[in-house]
Amino acid sequence: MTGWPILSVVTFLPILGALFIFAIRGDDEIALRNTRFVAMWTTIITFILSLLIWINFDAGTAEFQFVEKTEWLGGAINYHMGVDGISMLFVILTTFLMPACILASWRVEDRVKEYMIAFLVLETLMIGVFCALDLVLFYLFFEGGLIPMFLIIGVWGGKRRVYASFKFFLYTLLGSVLMLLAIMAMYWDAGTTDIPTLLAHRFPVGWQNWLFLAFLASFAVKLPMWPVHTWLPDAHVEAPTAGSVVLAAILLKMGGYGFLRFSLPMFPVATDTFTPLIFAMSIIAIIYTSLVALAQEDMKKLIAYSSVAHMGFVTMGIFALNVQGIQGGIFQMLSHGIVSAALFLCVGVVYDRMHTREIAAYGGLVNRMPIYAFTFLVFTLANVGLPGTSGFVGEFLTLVGAFKINTWVAFLATTGVILSAAYALYLYRRVIYGVLEKDSLKAIKDMSPREIAVLAPLVVLTILFGFYPAPLLDVMAASVDNLIADYKAALAAFEAAKVATAL
Amino acid sequence: MQQAFATSDAFVVMPEIMLALGAMAFLMLGVFRRDDSTSLITWLSVLLLIAAGALVLFGGAGRETAFDNSFVTDDFSRFMKTLTLIGSAVTIVMSVHFMRAERIERFEYPILVLLATLGMLMMISANDMISLYMGLELQSLALYVVAALNRDSVRSTEAGLKYFVLGALSSGMLLYGCSLVYGFTGATGFEQIAAAATKEQVNLGLIFGLVFIIAGLAFKVSAVPFHMWTPDVYEGAPTPVTAFFAAAPKVAAMAMFIRAMTAAFPNVTPDWQQIVVFISIASMVLGAFAAIGQTNIKRLMAYSSIGHMGFALVGLAAGSQEGVKGVVIYLSIYLVMTLGTFACILAMRRKNGTVETIADLSGLARNNPMMAFVLAMLMFSLAGIPPLAGFFAKFYVFLAAIQAGLYILAVIGVLASVVGAYYYVRIVKVMYFDEPAEAFEPMPGEVKLVLGLSGAFVILFFVYPAPLVSAAGIAASALF
Repeated sequence: MTGWPILSVVTFLPILGALFIFAIRGDDEIALRNTRFVAMWTTIITFILSLLIWINFDAGTAEFQFVEKTEWLGGAINYHMGVDGISMLFVILTTFLMPACILASWRVEDRVKEYMIAFLVLETLMIGVFCALDLVLFYLFFEGGLIPMFLIIGVWGGKRRVYASFKFFLYTLLGSVLMLLAIMAMYWDAGTTDIPTLLAHRFPVGWQNWLFLAFLASFAVKLPMWPVHTWLPDAHVEAPTAGSVVLAAILLKMGGYGFLRFSLPMFPVATDTFTPLIFAMSIIAIIYTSLVALAQEDMKKLIAYSSVAHMGFVTMGIFALNVQGIQGGIFQMLSHGIVSAALFLCVGVVYDRMHTREIAAYGGLVNRMPIYAFTFLVFTLANVGLPGTSGFVGEFLTLVGAFKINTWVAFLATTGVILSAAYALYLYRRVIYGVLEKDSLKAIKDMSPREIAVLAPLVVLTILFGFYPAPLLDVMAASVDNLIADYKAALAAFEAAKVATAL
Repeated sequence: MQQAFATSDAFVVMPEIMLALGAMAFLMLGVFRRDDSTSLITWLSVLLLIAAGALVLFGGAGRETAFDNSFVTDDFSRFMKTLTLIGSAVTIVMSVHFMRAERIERFEYPILVLLATLGMLMMISANDMISLYMGLELQSLALYVVAALNRDSVRSTEAGLKYFVLGALSSGMLLYGCSLVYGFTGATGFEQIAAAATKEQVNLGLIFGLVFIIAGLAFKVSAVPFHMWTPDVYEGAPTPVTAFFAAAPKVAAMAMFIRAMTAAFPNVTPDWQQIVVFISIASMVLGAFAAIGQTNIKRLMAYSSIGHMGFALVGLAAGSQEGVKGVVIYLSIYLVMTLGTFACILAMRRKNGTVETIADLSGLARNNPMMAFVLAMLMFSLAGIPPLAGFFAKFYVFLAAIQAGLYILAVIGVLASVVGAYYYVRIVKVMYFDEPAEAFEPMPGEVKLVLGLSGAFVILFFVYPAPLVSAAGIAASALF
């Protein structure tokens, strides 16, 4: 254990960077340069510091670690931070991707200062979501992210940015306010919003269904699950590249994280009741959105739909409620965090050159952009779930987990794997292969060193975790085992109580 | 019969006496001084309000009553009076530059604000139907006049007249209710009414009176269905006057509402609770939907304030100490947000005069990034998005509603807040996403100060919320 509040430092360091940028005066080239460098160094230092969390992390226990607790709102609502095997990796994922986002935004020329500040504030809020050990604090970070993301989509987005930003904002807000009411109800029942205490608290069975549904409303929108996914394609398409990256790689994961942190352990009886519903929604998401992805003409929209399909695997794995399923779900989220981020960055690379995302506007890029073709291929295959890429591990584990519970669910989900190969490879063929016959593409340049620097670490990690997933799986093992054991115990206690009352 | 005026009573009402004497003295000063004394009287009034605030805060402790129990000061009244005085003082400060630029600078304005504030302090401390009515009328009469302050403007005089006619109607309803309650309980003092109106002795006449009293009070807090005057008066009155209307009188009226319900009718809580639940839902929903179509920002703020009163009433509907605490927190945060927003509206001024449409804000983020940023934060805060202060305001009232088991109210309330978020966020959209319009004139210093302070409060509240929360808790405990 380290003696200083490392989680708070990692969480709030980006805000410090944002204040620095705020203090930079002037609008000339030097000021903009400084802005970019401050933003980049802030995110890099945050990443390095966050690695200390991983290094000092004790994977042998399911307890919360690096815990900080201070008086905050008075009563039983405190400033309480801590991570366990489930949340720690998401913190690292966030801090790891932010430098890539900043670097990918190097060419942003419009309101650079505001742009960087928005991203740094967003980073603080995202890390806070995964570190918070108090429900109100969690909600604060969870919802606070709406403000910077709304501005990022609306100010730096594409043509229909206003529509997309409002849809994103109101959709997410609508889901979350119901969760807020559930949080309040939990406060009055348990007398606290402290997450570790609530994990041990048994909520009345009659309430659990309502509380579960309220949380589902929020997480299903955030994740997003079919049928409340419709905000995602709009938001993704209109957001600037880095915005799409953050949205796909991190913001979506908050939904899955929420299921693991709250829904499963706190409302076990309701989870048991609603598992068939979640399975059905997951299967529909996997098959339906994959088919929709096949028909897309816009690269970003295609990847957005594929994200929804992949999140279907996540929910399916999580609600399989066995070790393979949950570990697979978490792994799938981490892997998707890297792969979808990379795919959006890849789209960003050609978008910066051609200013269009129409698939039809491309073709034959391999002739002019061999490095790009290779990079894009790696991520396309990882998206498909080819063995040897990180995408495979997650999909395989979730399918194994689901198979143990319900073979039909696993069978139907597997068709989604085939469909994902269809749409991903179809996209790749149309963009990269073929003859380079469009005049506009004749002068296109391959990736610049900056772009290679952004994408190279992602390529390495995708392949590394594809062959050697142990570092991630080991970290989460103890926490996942504990989660399942608690869940089983709570359910058994409920069954016993039911039998007792029946007698 | 007790002695009519005891010295000990005078100490209890010291802040009120000071305001009354000060207002009269300043009036003399204004009338008899030859040269223009507006600016002198303005700043003297601000000082007087600050002094009254100090006296309220440090003048006594615990619960004290005066004038045969018809006037009471306790932690609740101290808290609410401080808020009211802050609201009045800040609006006077903000209006200086505007009044001068619009050539409606008159020394009567600060004096009328002082008299209205005096009425508000009496409303907050009223512990008897008669003192309540006195305070209310003193406040209202002063407000009718300031609404029509710009007497050469048709809209302003129309606003004053409309306010007067409807206000008189509501006063009539309130009086009718009071007389019914008096008739059926034989008392005007809150404690005596509470003693007479027990659960066993509820009769239809008393409930009838209660309904009329609530109608009168709902008019003063501009809750639906007694809100009709609000948009027209807000739009017609000069902007600083609108800022004043939206801030201090709302706080005072809500404080009076709370005390009247909890002190005089604690034993018939379910009876008034259902009425409050209804007007709360109606206000939240109407405030949210009606504001969507507005193009004038003052009119929009009128609907916004209707909605916010609906949210504050959620806390009162809970009818518990937790609920009153929620309302107190809500009003404190609402006051700051409103003052900040109106500071921005006051700064909407171009070379050829003030502008008031939302479209005039377009592209503000490029012309005046600081003002746009603070206004955007205020809008997000009014919408109740965390981590801004407005979120905590809503959090505490809904927390109380959930505790009281008012689930339907809470669900409708949060859904209305999502609808409301749409029009607040639309203002952010206009400022940040649209193409810049012509820039505004530079902001006067005092407006800048108000804007800066309220922006800092809204953004940084979450860092150290404990003082306000615990002070509100103490204030609420004084009533139970």
